[in-house]
Amino acid sequence: MDSFIVISLIKIFVVFGALMTILAYLQWVERKVIAHIQVRPGPYRVGPHGLLQPLADVIKLITKEDLVPPYVNKVLYLAAPFLAITMALLSISVIPFGPKIQVAGYQTWMQLTDLNFGVLFILGISSMGVYGIALAGWSSNNKYALLGGLRSSAQMISYELPLSLAIAAPLLISNTLSLRKLVETQDGWLWNWNLFHGFQYVSFVIFIIAAFAETNRVPFDLPEAENELVAGFHTEYSSMKFASFFMAEYANMITVSCMAVLLFLGGWVAPWPAAYGSGYVPVVIFAVAGVITIWRGLNPRRKRDRYTFPPFGVVFLIVAAVFLVPLLQSALLPLFWFCAKTGAILFLFIWIRGTLPRFRYDQLMGFAWKVLFPVAMLNLLATGLAIAVFS
Amino acid sequence: MELILFLVFAGIAVVAAINVVVQRHPISSAVSLIAVMGSLAVLYLLLGAEFIAAAQVIVYAGAIMVLFVFVIMLLNAGGETKAGRSFVASLLGVPVLVALLALLAFFTARIYPRDTEVHFGGFRGGTAQSVGRALFTTYLLPFEITSILILIAIVGAIVLARKELE
Amino acid sequence: MPESYAEQYFPVLVQALLAMALAAGLLTVSYLLGKRVRNRVKDMPYESGMVPTGDARHRFSVKFYLVAMLFILFDIEAIFLYPWAVVYRELKMFGFIEMLVFVVPILAGFFYIWKKGALDWSPDSTLNRKR
Repeated sequence: MDSFIVISLIKIFVVFGALMTILAYLQWVERKVIAHIQVRPGPYRVGPHGLLQPLADVIKLITKEDLVPPYVNKVLYLAAPFLAITMALLSISVIPFGPKIQVAGYQTWMQLTDLNFGVLFILGISSMGVYGIALAGWSSNNKYALLGGLRSSAQMISYELPLSLAIAAPLLISNTLSLRKLVETQDGWLWNWNLFHGFQYVSFVIFIIAAFAETNRVPFDLPEAENELVAGFHTEYSSMKFASFFMAEYANMITVSCMAVLLFLGGWVAPWPAAYGSGYVPVVIFAVAGVITIWRGLNPRRKRDRYTFPPFGVVFLIVAAVFLVPLLQSALLPLFWFCAKTGAILFLFIWIRGTLPRFRYDQLMGFAWKVLFPVAMLNLLATGLAIAVFS
Repeated sequence: MELILFLVFAGIAVVAAINVVVQRHPISSAVSLIAVMGSLAVLYLLLGAEFIAAAQVIVYAGAIMVLFVFVIMLLNAGGETKAGRSFVASLLGVPVLVALLALLAFFTARIYPRDTEVHFGGFRGGTAQSVGRALFTTYLLPFEITSILILIAIVGAIVLARKELE
Repeated sequence: MPESYAEQYFPVLVQALLAMALAAGLLTVSYLLGKRVRNRVKDMPYESGMVPTGDARHRFSVKFYLVAMLFILFDIEAIFLYPWAVVYRELKMFGFIEMLVFVVPILAGFFYIWKKGALDWSPDSTLNRKR
């Protein structure tokens, strides 16, 4: 029991630290990717390739004026960002990153805890996320904020329905609400994943669309539609309170991406078994990345590339070498696949933001109720019928 | 440990419930009610009723309370005005309440003796699997009737909204 | 490592405390470090530089109320799908028919509200037109 508590605490702090770092750098990645989509370099001044930009942002946001306007409802005004960020960070505790591993004689799962109703836990947490936004909008006592908060809450509850129906369909195949067991049922080859195994393409697409709406991302970022509502529900928020909503949004993005990976894409499972060489994929990827980066550093297009590229290349090569150590492979390979899949979905989030325009509000609500909901319902029934007939 | 958790969340539930009544502004009451629902869910968890706890959060705290908050926003309800205080109420209110609670506690303790099953981790039959098995075999009829109930409520919601518009 | 019921929830509890501490810490730090310069204009609600007119809290369309109401009803339907999904392999065809019987009245209600125009958000919806 004592060793359990110590291991749990270590795991929690490692995961929490990693999550915070990823949250900070997701913002950097987003700015970089969008910048490259729009053919501009993006953050470039603070550190090499703007890598220290997140740190600078945090310092800037903390030292900004902390304005609590006199016309707001103070308690709720402060409770809203608190609630948003707490709820957003809570769901990471049930996400599994990998199988059971052995560290210094102790066996432990690469997961903080596995609840029997993990899927429902995450659904419940995300349904509480509405309040952060609704209360922020209401307590601000500002027309834009109230409209943004109201729109956003109506949008979030409308898309929660297709979301929960789309989640139920792969659960019909896996028959468990535990996220760990969910992955274990998808072990083996690529075609054992729920997406391919159960022909869950429709529910996967619905899940992704609803996830975009749940996290208030483009093309569903109506609550913060700049050209009509300024900044929506957080118009009246400044400094770290303002940043809290962004942290919550990014944390929710990570959670839904993890959920998509766990439900449809086999979690930490490699596309094909390690016996057929899937263990060497990360080595090859990082080695190729390292070689290309060093080569680009030696033949620079810009002058400063000569100094910034080779260190990155060396780091990539070291990472590639680490993946070759047999002792670490059992922990690192699942983690690599999990992060690769989650990263791909996060990239999709950013890519869509750089590509699509925003919906109109009536289209947005109509789409949730008239298209997504019936399609998700029919897909669920069809999946159920197929399982009942073929098993 | 379980006792501490129980006391903490039961305390939150009771304090928040009192706050629902005491607060003057409807939205503060609504937020307190959300806290009540949340701590009730934790209490269900302590009893081992995992599915009920999740349903409590998703349906009560996540759906019904959203409607409450929306209605308060829609009606732009301000703080309630204080009614004139009745002398009898202020004198007898608290003692009568205490007496009522004591009676209730006494009879509950008499009718339902202490159950050894009821402790943290003692009952593991509250998972979605067990609920599903019970719901789709033994209690099938109530389950199917629920759908009729939902249908009636859908029709009712439309009728109410139409009246509101006219 | 056998996992008892209490052990399952210990990390969730710690994570919740940690998240709350972080949220409170962030808000406090920015409160302590941020400088404060106040003036009359800064203390006005932001309305794109205009002087704010009227109360911010208007009455809103009944649509929002309706959508929240319908959400509750369909959410209750959705929550029943989860215990159904986890025991589905035990029930097979029987389970499918059960769920069909459950879902058909609700889908009938869904198409009723669709036909009544409760799902239209554009200004020329049936609900508004028949007024």
